[in-house]
Amino acid sequence: MLSLWQAIRRVGRVAEPAPAGPAGPAPAAAGELAGSVQVRHVDAGSCNGCEVEIGAAFGPVYDAERYGARLVASPRHADALLVTGVVTRNMAEPLRRTYEAVAEPKAVVAVGDCARNCGVFAGAYGVVGAVADVVPVDAEVVGCPPRPETIVAALRLLTGR
Amino acid sequence: MTALGVVGGVLQAAVVVGGAPLLLGLMRQVRARLEGRAGPGIGQPWRDLRKLLRKQSITPRGTTEVFRVAPVLLVAMTLVVAVVAPLVTTASAVPAVADLFVVVALLAHATVVIALAGLDSGTAFGGMGASREVTVLALVEPTALVAIFALSVPAGSTSLPAIVGTVLDDPQRLISPTSLLAAVALATVIVAETGRLPVDNPSTHLELTMIHEAMVLEYAGPDLALVELGSAMRLSVYLGLFTSLFVPWGIATTATPLALGVGVAALVVKVGVAGAVLAALEVFLAKLRLFRVPELLAGSFLLALLAVTTAYVLG
Repeated sequence: MLSLWQAIRRVGRVAEPAPAGPAGPAPAAAGELAGSVQVRHVDAGSCNGCEVEIGAAFGPVYDAERYGARLVASPRHADALLVTGVVTRNMAEPLRRTYEAVAEPKAVVAVGDCARNCGVFAGAYGVVGAVADVVPVDAEVVGCPPRPETIVAALRLLTGR
Repeated sequence: MTALGVVGGVLQAAVVVGGAPLLLGLMRQVRARLEGRAGPGIGQPWRDLRKLLRKQSITPRGTTEVFRVAPVLLVAMTLVVAVVAPLVTTASAVPAVADLFVVVALLAHATVVIALAGLDSGTAFGGMGASREVTVLALVEPTALVAIFALSVPAGSTSLPAIVGTVLDDPQRLISPTSLLAAVALATVIVAETGRLPVDNPSTHLELTMIHEAMVLEYAGPDLALVELGSAMRLSVYLGLFTSLFVPWGIATTATPLALGVGVAALVVKVGVAGAVLAALEVFLAKLRLFRVPELLAGSFLLALLAVTTAYVLG
């Protein structure tokens, strides 16, 4: 316990200074959410590269929670879905059901090149399509994998903070 | 029913409802700072509640009235305890309800109602969470009753205002073995009942390790807002009761505006400090394996039993 306390004292604050506020057109749902966005992550067929970056975005360094975004365990609690990966055949229906389980107002963020346009997996035999082919998408995050800063920037468009 | 009791009851309800989400925000902020984060600020739970109240209400297929009335009952029962328990004043709006057994039963009943709602949702995690919550509840209730009962022995009454009044008259009782043993037992009860570490992890996203949150996974929108407000109020009420029983200074005994103001300020400061200490200690704890939880709770029951024994033996 003492060594952990010493580590806390030594490390101090690791969160990087907040970059300038959200820029660009905010999705329609952002106004009603007013600074609080609960996020449910859905892996529709990702290679887990995007998951590592989402983990980093919610980690201490990028600290997406300081802008009012929080990961939750249930789509019923969520305001936004963070969908990664191409939509595979087995995940198309679960993704649709997850989207239907979210209460209005809701938003969908497609994270990574696979979720936007199938990336390197375009045309593969098990792929239904990009996320926008299955559920309506409100915001996109570019990159393979996307940088945590860009994921945080997309979430800040939703929280408006 | 006295003027002090009525004014105090209204003040207590306002402070608990308004302050409970802020307490939760404070605890999350303390934890965030110790983890090296910046943190969302202590107002974040209120922002979450405001947003949830504006969201669409969803009734999952197959659920019944039990699922729909549970959030209202949770908040209502906790609110009754917030009104009658000695938090701001030693007088109670409804003295008959400010009894040790009634207060503990009301708080337990609120847990049972949410557990029933978890079963009613018919999902695997709802049933699993309800089963776990009731297991913890069954082990915690005797400890809560026996620990506070130990404090009621010197007062000669199970009325909570009387117990707090006795301690105020004779502060030396606070360093007696009875009081110290009961304090440790009651602290364990609070940790287990409000779903904090090491019994339950309030920030987990892993359904298999959840206790409290697994029961409420199906709630959305305004219903979820009530469940979250109710849970936050439970934490505030438990910490408020704890500080009133063991650190009673500042509590109002007369109906003057000054005394009531001091009472409110003392409650806010004491509960805030208790919450911050609890959050800071949680950073050093890992969640206990579920099958080890009964050992922890059995240990706290033993302490409570020893508290009662010493209360009778040592007087």
